[in-house]
Amino acid sequence: MTDAQNGGYDEFLDALEAGEGYYYACSNGHALVPPRRVCPHCGDRDLEQTELPETGEIRTHTTVTVPTPQFEDDAPYVTAIATFGQVKLTGIVRDIDPVDVEIGQEVTVTVEPSETTDERTIAFYAHS
Amino acid sequence: MSKAFVAGTGMTAFGTFPDRRGRDMFAEAGLAALDDAGLEPEDIDEVFYGNFVGTLAENQGHQGPLASEALGTTAPSRRVESACASSGLAVRDAVRAVRSGESDVVVAGGMERMSNMGTAGATDGLARAADDLFEIRSGVTFPAAYALMTRAYFDEFGGDREDLAHIAVKNHDNALVNDHAHLQEEITVDDVLESPEIAAPLGLYDACPISDGAAALVLLSPSYAKEHGLDAGVAITGSGHGGDTMALQDRQSLATAPATRDAAEAAYDDAGIGPNDVGLVEVHDCFTIAEVLALEGLGLYSYGEAIGAARRGETCRDGALPVNLSGGLKAKGHPVGATGAAQVAAVRNLLNGTHARADAVDDDVTVGVAHNAGGTVASAAVHVLEVEE
Ligand SMILES: [Zn+2]
Repeated sequence: MTDAQNGGYDEFLDALEAGEGYYYACSNGHALVPPRRVCPHCGDRDLEQTELPETGEIRTHTTVTVPTPQFEDDAPYVTAIATFGQVKLTGIVRDIDPVDVEIGQEVTVTVEPSETTDERTIAFYAHS
Repeated sequence: MSKAFVAGTGMTAFGTFPDRRGRDMFAEAGLAALDDAGLEPEDIDEVFYGNFVGTLAENQGHQGPLASEALGTTAPSRRVESACASSGLAVRDAVRAVRSGESDVVVAGGMERMSNMGTAGATDGLARAADDLFEIRSGVTFPAAYALMTRAYFDEFGGDREDLAHIAVKNHDNALVNDHAHLQEEITVDDVLESPEIAAPLGLYDACPISDGAAALVLLSPSYAKEHGLDAGVAITGSGHGGDTMALQDRQSLATAPATRDAAEAAYDDAGIGPNDVGLVEVHDCFTIAEVLALEGLGLYSYGEAIGAARRGETCRDGALPVNLSGGLKAKGHPVGATGAAQVAAVRNLLNGTHARADAVDDDVTVGVAHNAGGTVASAAVHVLEVEE
């Protein structure tokens, strides 16, 4: 599974990793993570590639102690949903004590391999 | 719209049965439902069978024909897969088959076998109800997804873990007399608060168990029931299905369940009722927070109000609106693909007085609702059941 291509998503991760993250904005103000051909909220196909803001804000988070086998060596780890301007991303908050994670906290985003499988994962770093 | 009579229900005990094949569990539930309806395998026109992880757990795709064989027939059958809402949607498709006039006698049900996969295997299987690209690859497990919603709910509306603990305590208490329940064990608020964390802020006792089991219903068209002198007593009078984006990150609100709202409005309209008419409800409480999201989505509470309902006693057995008298997924158990059908079975049996907790149902209650959710409620099925005069 590690070598499988995930059309559109891999390019998105490449861009995030290079610090050139982007998202799609539809004509009606909906923000979407690639791959997308059409906006699921309104059906608009006119998706404009838009630069991802450098910093985001944690919207919600959890500390996972019972992982799937793919994250066995990563646990316990913090998974969060963070808002970057209009768009939300889901990723793992690295290098932080779970008790220090807070809603509203500022984060930056990159891509890093998971400890268990080496599979690329969206990673957040907190800046407080 | 016309209705579909619920002529029979059947369930295996829910629990840990790693050595039983799914086909045998579905046979036990389905044959019991046929016996309850007083019908024979040859009477069945169609089978709608819910199952989620059978391809992983039993190395078995194409389970529909096996479901029919388990009932003693080769009637046409298909597997319906919508994660935890699989058999709620199997029931919905069965209702539509009856209403369309194409079928008179339909079996709807489901089965799940997960305990044979172990905790890690079942965690892996259940996670697949989330979005592989956007969620699973970021470490989202099934409990984690609901934990993300829990924290968002606390932040948006308030409430705390103790409010949620009262939901678990209530549902365990309800299951004490239910011999089909996976967990028949009284627990306290402290037990919940002190249980090991699985995905903070949720602990082990906020979560339903990993269960095996099967459930089945026999549905009849009104004309068939009349022709054959079958007095079913309770009918499905409303059915609704709501959808949402698969991944939480694509939703505006992380603390509500719009798919439940859409399904409920459709089902209430269909039955010609409103939330005020509902006298009892079985909701999808895979985690304690899920009961809160369900009650608000169903319009039985305003947004932000259901979090304290169990703590205030309103949803307890002697409260104004008993919720999950069967024990819910939390204590009755959650064999994923069987859950939606088991909820409809519980509502029917509570309304006709044959359920172990039927004594908690007031005499004037004639309307019950079953709510089944898939994933983080990207799929929701709602059914209205009514006592027929
Ligand atoms: Zn749009």
